[in-house]
Amino acid sequence: MQVTSSIREPLITGGKTMRDVSEDISRQVEGKPTGLWWIAMLISLSLLGFGFYCLCFLLWEGVGVWGLNKTVGWAWDITNFVWWVGIGHAGTLISAILLLFRQKWRMSINRAAEAMTIFAVICAATFPFAHMGRLWLGFYWVFPLPNTWGSLWANFNSPLLWDVFAISTYFSVSLVFWYMGLIPDFAVIRDRAVRQGNKLRAQIYNALSFGWDGAARTWSRYESVALILAGLSTPLVLSVHTIVSMDFATSVIPGWHTTIFPPYFVAGAIFSGFAMVLTLLLVTRKVFKLEDYITIYHVELMNMIIIITGSIVGIAYITEFFIAWYGQVPAEQYAFFNRMQGPYWWAYWSMMTCNVISPQLFWFKKIRTNLVATFVLSIIVNIGMWFERFVIIVTSLHRDYVPSSWSMFHPTIYDMGEYIFTFGLFFTAFFLFAKFFPVVNMAEVKSILKSSSERKH
Amino acid sequence: MESNKHFIVGIFEDEDVLLKAVENSRDKGVKIHEVYSPFPVHGLDEALGYKRSRLPIAAFLFGMTGTSLALLMQFWMLGYDWPMIIGGKNHASLPPFVPVTFELTVLLAAFGMVGTFFIVSDMKPYKYPRQFDLRSTDDKHVMAIDLANNKLSKDELASILKSNGASEVNEKNF
Repeated sequence: MQVTSSIREPLITGGKTMRDVSEDISRQVEGKPTGLWWIAMLISLSLLGFGFYCLCFLLWEGVGVWGLNKTVGWAWDITNFVWWVGIGHAGTLISAILLLFRQKWRMSINRAAEAMTIFAVICAATFPFAHMGRLWLGFYWVFPLPNTWGSLWANFNSPLLWDVFAISTYFSVSLVFWYMGLIPDFAVIRDRAVRQGNKLRAQIYNALSFGWDGAARTWSRYESVALILAGLSTPLVLSVHTIVSMDFATSVIPGWHTTIFPPYFVAGAIFSGFAMVLTLLLVTRKVFKLEDYITIYHVELMNMIIIITGSIVGIAYITEFFIAWYGQVPAEQYAFFNRMQGPYWWAYWSMMTCNVISPQLFWFKKIRTNLVATFVLSIIVNIGMWFERFVIIVTSLHRDYVPSSWSMFHPTIYDMGEYIFTFGLFFTAFFLFAKFFPVVNMAEVKSILKSSSERKH
Repeated sequence: MESNKHFIVGIFEDEDVLLKAVENSRDKGVKIHEVYSPFPVHGLDEALGYKRSRLPIAAFLFGMTGTSLALLMQFWMLGYDWPMIIGGKNHASLPPFVPVTFELTVLLAAFGMVGTFFIVSDMKPYKYPRQFDLRSTDDKHVMAIDLANNKLSKDELASILKSNGASEVNEKNF
């Protein structure tokens, strides 16, 4: 017996049956791609192509093609890296943390959000690799592999090496978690293909589903695997951005050397991640006609998380300033004063407007249930979060300890090209995923049809 | 080809009806081969008398392996094989080794557990499962009863399934 409060809004609308769920979600995998899909794919591929040219030129010429100088030795590359890693966090939050809290609304959005996580982490990883210059030697520098220097091992005291382990573990575990969720849904497409007489598709999707049978015994094991994976992913996702923040926090650069960084970075990551989930899902639900699965209620709940995390980020900004003032360290005070009023004031105030002020609009129910407003605000939040990383990184570096080495950072076309490359990569991967993989977790949605959907009576 | 396995297959529309049917049939002494569902039905494993999965134990053991390997690796590399003083700190101390140890614990636990899951469930990409009804991944719950394991006759089993709410009862030979 399942009792559901009548106050809760239905998570699945349109009186769907289990058959409808299989039909609605499998349709886009089985059918030919639409014209809209081709246009989107073409745009992504051209971004990818241009970015790939820039990346090749960087590898050929060296990191000197970027706008870095002796004072600002880290700029767009690390900004973009942190930005992409942060975006990934929402996927794991939705699939793992909301699973542990038994939030049913995760079920129709977790698949796409996890896919977003995986692609975002791949995009993030390209920046440290590109920054290595001699990419082909990178593996010796970041992994403890035996080498020709008599096994001079990697330095395990370095937060940069912790990052390597954190990001690669995060990527692998998220990939496994996502794939485990896909297995029963691949079997749905396989069995539909058998009934439609499409042998090739049946074979491909059977291989992808690892021969899934849906037996009660398998489901029982599967459920305990999902629960443990969620339990492992929860501390993992928190550790990843904590370790990313330690890249800065363990240094002695004014503006970076703060203990508030780990929680502040994690909140910021979830904040930007949910914004990106909304940007992607609002488009996906429209293109694939998933309005009954990703409802206004889902959008509203995600916007509520944006208010919470956005406010945490806002409080963190204010706390940093308070501590800089209260701590009475001149270098620290100057760093924060310089952020607000120095040559990068425009970046600082863009960050404040986009991250602290704009999400507060979601307190109004009219705004958080309005799709156009949500779409616009989700992009604004992501612009703001990019500026946050830029402000932290570049404004802290560009005023060195010696005023003679003060400088500014001017991005070149190759800085921009690398960023465009990751956008191309991200959207190409996402559109391929949306075409060939079921974008909504059918098995999980079917399991809540009885308790949380609007049913025909 | 001569078939040697005969099954009675009951099709159910609703998970609550299915759960009742499983309990009632087991009370009547029916030995159920397996139940196939499009989604995990809560309480079905208990109704069928399955023990709790021991996969969490596997995950724990793999995780502990990861912890030990990570600590051994770091202390051996930086403490013994090539001791280096970096930034005037001890060349081997526990706190800076915690992040990598944690990550490797999680990595090995997750991969070890999922690998074990595939092995114990006998799942591999080139295997095609035995399917009693193709609709079991779509919208039907399928209860399969092996005739050889049951003393009751085909008709008795069919009537038990029917009286417990099965929408269809079929026969399947392999």
